[in-house]
Amino acid sequence: MTPFGRRGAVARLLERRGDALVVTGLGTPTWDVAAAGDTDANFYLWGAMGAAAMVGLGLAMAQPNRRVVVVTGDGEMLMGLGSLATIAVAAPQNLVIAVLNNRLYGETGGQPSHADGVTDLVAVAQGAGIADARRIGSAEALEGLADEIGNPGRGPVFADIPVTDGGEARVLPSRDGPWLARRFRAGLALQN
Amino acid sequence: MDGAGGENWPAAIHQVLARYRVTQVGYVPDAGHAALIRMVDADPSMQGVVLTTEEEGMALATGAWLGGGRGALLMQSSGVGNCINMLSLIKTCRVPFLTIVTMRGEWGEFNPWQIPMGNATEAALGLMDLQVLRAGTAAEVGPMVEGAARLAYDGGAGVAVLLSQWLIGAKEFSE
Repeated sequence: MTPFGRRGAVARLLERRGDALVVTGLGTPTWDVAAAGDTDANFYLWGAMGAAAMVGLGLAMAQPNRRVVVVTGDGEMLMGLGSLATIAVAAPQNLVIAVLNNRLYGETGGQPSHADGVTDLVAVAQGAGIADARRIGSAEALEGLADEIGNPGRGPVFADIPVTDGGEARVLPSRDGPWLARRFRAGLALQN
Repeated sequence: MDGAGGENWPAAIHQVLARYRVTQVGYVPDAGHAALIRMVDADPSMQGVVLTTEEEGMALATGAWLGGGRGALLMQSSGVGNCINMLSLIKTCRVPFLTIVTMRGEWGEFNPWQIPMGNATEAALGLMDLQVLRAGTAAEVGPMVEGAARLAYDGGAGVAVLLSQWLIGAKEFSE
């Protein structure tokens, strides 16, 4: 299939997110999620490469009644592959990991990633023990995943979303970690 | 080789974690933490999370705290080296964080491969701005971890408590 334009794919993915909580992996996925609409239910990583899925796990376990969506890239996911095994064992039903897979390291000069025709991230996730690991191969499948984000079902879900970059403008959210974290907590009515 | 342990210091740590309402305890399996890991896994008030590498523990604790929980990490000194960049999460976002580190590579160590990271453990944590405390005897463990938990969860700091090999006992291998 033709890969999705990344920004449109993220906008459609989060269009009906309801009260879902979103964690982004550093780099372009952070800009994509910010472009889809900044909200205090978003927590953006600007560093700690490889952390996104595990931040999602901790959040999903702490908020079992909320859908938690990790939106990250193939390079960021590759740095934390072990976390897929950790997530498979912990098995949080409310966690969705969505990998925007452009098969390259977009923020560092476009070097091909391991996912460029070699490493199959869906197979890795399945092999790690995440039974519902899928490649989003059609607009209908993307809409289906968006519905699942709005209406929590059984997880964890791993979704590889093939995307291309189209020279989208950088949409930069705040990079003030304490502020982002405390805004997020305040949105959950937690005392800071 | 027996060290200064003997009292039930793992139970003392578990009691502090429970009293401070720690909800997620990440760990990479470790002989020195084995008794505590069993207590964590048996306690319905907290969830033990087995990790593939120690660096996952900082990300887990960050997510836990973002969602209103509290995270702690149990690891061995050799795992501290795996954590360095991930400790930037704790510092950059000012995440309350407690880690309990069993030491290798010091008193009674027979395995030379454990010694470099054991020697560097305290300095490495300090470089990433964690407060580092050290317990050398079983009687110290409870009060030390109690104060560390208060520093972390009430004070909002990143804190490591090192449990010395003298306390834990040195690992034996028969030829």
